Amino acid sequence: MLNKNYSLFLLISAIIGISFWIGFNVNLLPQEASINAPIYDELFKILFIIGLILFIGMSLIIIYSLFKFRRTNGQTGDGIYLEGNLKLEIIWTVIPSIIVLIVGLYSYDIYDRMGGMKELNNHEMMHSDSEKIWAGISESSNELSGIENLNIEVSAMQFAFLFNYPKGEFISGELHVPVNEKISMKMESKDVIHAFWVPEFRIKQDIIPGQPTILNFTPTKVGKYPIICAELCGPYHGGMRASIIVEEPSDYENWFNQNKKTKV
Amino acid sequence: MTILINSKNEQKESLQPKGILRYFSFSLDHKVIGIQYLVCGFLFYLVGGSLASAIRIELASPMSDFMPRDVYNQVLTLHGTIMIFLWIVPVVNGAFGNYLIPFYVGARDMAFPRLNAVAFWLIPPSGLMLITSYFVDGAAQAGWTAYPPLSITTPQSGQIIWILSVLLLGGSSIFGGINFIATILKLRRPGLKLMQLPMYCWAMLGTSILVVLSTPVLAGTLILLSFDIVANTGFFNPVLGGNVVVYQHLFWFYSHPAVYIMVLPAFGLVSEILPIHCRKPLFGYTTMVFSIMGIVVLGLVVWAHHMFTSGTPPWMRLFFTIATAFIAVPTGIKFFNWVATMWGGKISINSAILFSCGFILNFVFGGITGVALAQVPFDIHVHDTYFVVAHFHYIVYGGSVFVIFSSIYHWFPKVTGRLLNETLGILHFAITFIGFNLCFAPQHWLGLNGMPRRVAEYDPQFQLINQVSSLGALLMAISTIPFLINILLSLKNGKKAGNNPWNALTPEWLTTSPPPVENWEGEAPLVKEPYGYGNPIISKQENTKKAI
Repeated sequence: MLNKNYSLFLLISAIIGISFWIGFNVNLLPQEASINAPIYDELFKILFIIGLILFIGMSLIIIYSLFKFRRTNGQTGDGIYLEGNLKLEIIWTVIPSIIVLIVGLYSYDIYDRMGGMKELNNHEMMHSDSEKIWAGISESSNELSGIENLNIEVSAMQFAFLFNYPKGEFISGELHVPVNEKISMKMESKDVIHAFWVPEFRIKQDIIPGQPTILNFTPTKVGKYPIICAELCGPYHGGMRASIIVEEPSDYENWFNQNKKTKV
Repeated sequence: MTILINSKNEQKESLQPKGILRYFSFSLDHKVIGIQYLVCGFLFYLVGGSLASAIRIELASPMSDFMPRDVYNQVLTLHGTIMIFLWIVPVVNGAFGNYLIPFYVGARDMAFPRLNAVAFWLIPPSGLMLITSYFVDGAAQAGWTAYPPLSITTPQSGQIIWILSVLLLGGSSIFGGINFIATILKLRRPGLKLMQLPMYCWAMLGTSILVVLSTPVLAGTLILLSFDIVANTGFFNPVLGGNVVVYQHLFWFYSHPAVYIMVLPAFGLVSEILPIHCRKPLFGYTTMVFSIMGIVVLGLVVWAHHMFTSGTPPWMRLFFTIATAFIAVPTGIKFFNWVATMWGGKISINSAILFSCGFILNFVFGGITGVALAQVPFDIHVHDTYFVVAHFHYIVYGGSVFVIFSSIYHWFPKVTGRLLNETLGILHFAITFIGFNLCFAPQHWLGLNGMPRRVAEYDPQFQLINQVSSLGALLMAISTIPFLINILLSLKNGKKAGNNPWNALTPEWLTTSPPPVENWEGEAPLVKEPYGYGNPIISKQENTKKAI
C-alpha cells in the first residue's frame, strides 16, 4: 500500500515537473516588444503550466483505464457496483473551484498591471466632456519619462489604417513611434468594425464606427512590427495590414519634422 | 368494440407510408423523425465539410488564389451557419432527443407529435434556401455572427435569406425545446421519478430550457437587423445613430448558450454510452444532474466574454471573466465523474467507447484553452485569431461531433437491428482523431503568433503550419469514407444484433430492435435504476428473465 502511494506520488511529481519544464522551455509566443508583453507572457506561462498538468494527468488516466480495465476475450460480467463517492466528488468540486478562483484573482492582477483598471485619461483629445469614450487598455504610464504623451488619432476604413499626428498636422499610412514612450491612440472607424492588433505588443482593440475607443501602449524594442486588422471587415480583410515602426527618439524626431506641415 | 379499434388501426396504418418512404413523409412517429433529423443533418454535414475543405485549400497557400475573396467570405459564413444550425444543433437535440427521450420517459411518442414533425420539416427548406442563396446574388458574407455594420453594407439578398433561414431554424429549435420540456416533465410513465431518469433526459431538459430562454432573443435581434437592412432603420446602423455593440450583446446572449445547446446533449449521450460499455453505474448521478443545471444557469450569464475587445468597460470584463471561468467547475465535475465511471469497469474496446474517450481528451483540451480565453488579459491578445478557431473546434468538433459518431456506433443496432463493422469503425476513429488533432492543434500556435481568423491571405511565415493544418483537414475528409461504407454495408449485410447487443439496462433496449411503432408491445417497463450494472439484485433479475 505504501509502495503504491509512493509510486503515485512519484508519477504526479513527474507530471508536474514535465509540465514546468515544457512551460519554461517551449516558447509559443512572438517576441516581446511592449511593456504589456512580458506581463502577458507571465500569465501565459502560468496558465500553460496549469493546463499541461491537467491535460497530461487526464490523458494518462483515460489511457491507463482503457488498458487496465479493458475486457479481455471471453470475459463476462459487470464492473464493481459503485454509484458514487461523496468525498471524492466534493474533492473534485472544491479543488477546481480553488484553482479557478486563484487563476481569476491572478489574471485580475495581471489586468491591473496592464492598466486595464486605470481610468482612461485622454482629456486632451476629448472634444467635450460629454463625449463618451469606451474602454480600451490604458497602460500604466511610463512614470520615468518626462516627455508628454504622444497622441495619435487612428482612423480605420475598408481596408486601411490612417494615422493622424495632430501636433504635426499630417497623416501617415505607417505608424511611427519613439521607443519607451507612452503612446495614446484614439481610434474610430469610418465604416465597419475593424480591430487594431499588434501581436508583438499583445494588445488588441476593436475600432468601432460611432464609438471612439482608446488604446495606450509603450513600445520597448526598436523595430518594425505588423498592425493587423482582426475583425472581419469585408473581402480584403486578410490584406488589411499596416506597419508600426518603433524608432530611437532622435530618428522619430527626424521623421516627424520631415513630415510635419511647416507653419506659414 | 373490437371491430371499431381494428378499423381505426387500419386507417392509421394506411395513412402512414411504410418502409423507406416513411422517412420522406410527414410522419408523426418520434423514431422516424429522429432518423429524419440525423440523416438530414448528416447530409448538411457533408456540405459544411466540403466548404471547410475549400477553406483549407485556400489557406494552403498564403495568397488568396483558390477563390475570389468575397466568395471566400461566403464560404466561411455558410460553413459556420450550416455546421451549427443544420448539423450539430439538430442532430444532438433533434435526432437523438426524438429517438431516445420517449423511450427514456416510458412514453409511446413525444408530447406534441405534430409540432415535432413541423419542427423537423422546417429544416430542409431553410437549409436549401441558405445554400441556394449563393446562386441568387451571393450568399451572406458577414460571418455566422453577422455583425453590423458589415452585415448591413454587404449585398442584401444573401444576408436577408441568411436571416430568414436562421429564423426558421431557430423556430424549429424552439418547437423542439418546448416538446422536450413537456415530454420529460409530463409524459413520464407512472411511478418513474425525475431522479430515476437516464442522464440524457436531464441534459435535454437543461438544453431545452436554454433553447426556450435564449433563442427568442436571437430571433428578435435578427428581425431588427433585417429592418436595418431592408427598411433603413437605425437600430444597429451607426450612420443613423445606431449602436453596433448592442447587437453583439444581443447576439451573444443567444450564441453563447448555443455552445451549451450543442454540448450539453453530447454530455448526456456520453453519460449513456460509458456505463453500458464499461459495465459500471454512472458515477455520481446527483452531482451530474446538479452540474448540468449549474452549466445552464452560468451559461446564461457569460455572453460578454466574446466581446472583451469590443470596448466593454472594465467591471464588465471582470464579471464575465469570473462567471466564465466558473463554468469549468461543473464541467470538470462531469469529466471526473466519467473517468470514475471507467475506473474499475470492464471496458469493451469498440468504436463507441473510442469516440467517447476521444471526446473526453479533445474536450478537456478545449476546456483548458477555454478557461485561458476567459481571462481578459489573455483574451485580448488572441481574440479573433486562429487560437479561438482552434479552441471552439476542439469544443464543437472534438466534443459534439465525436459524440455524434460515438452515438451512431452505439445506437445503430437499436435502429436497424444490425451491428456496424468494428474494423471499419476503429479505422474511422483513428483517421478522425489523428486528422482532427493535426488540423486544429497547430492553429493555436498560428493565433498566438499573429494570424487572425476569417482571412483568405496571410503572412507567408505561417505557410508551413497552415499546410500541416490542411493535411489534417484532408484526413478528416477521408475519414468519412470508411464511415459511409460501413453504414451502407451494415444496413444490408451487418451482423444481426439481436434486441440488446450491449446487454444494456436503459429502457430503449428493453424492446425489440428495431422497436415497434408504439415502442413496446405491452406496457412500458419501469426502469428505476437505468445504470444498475453490477448491482447483485438487478443481475439476478436479468438472469431469471433469461432463464424464462
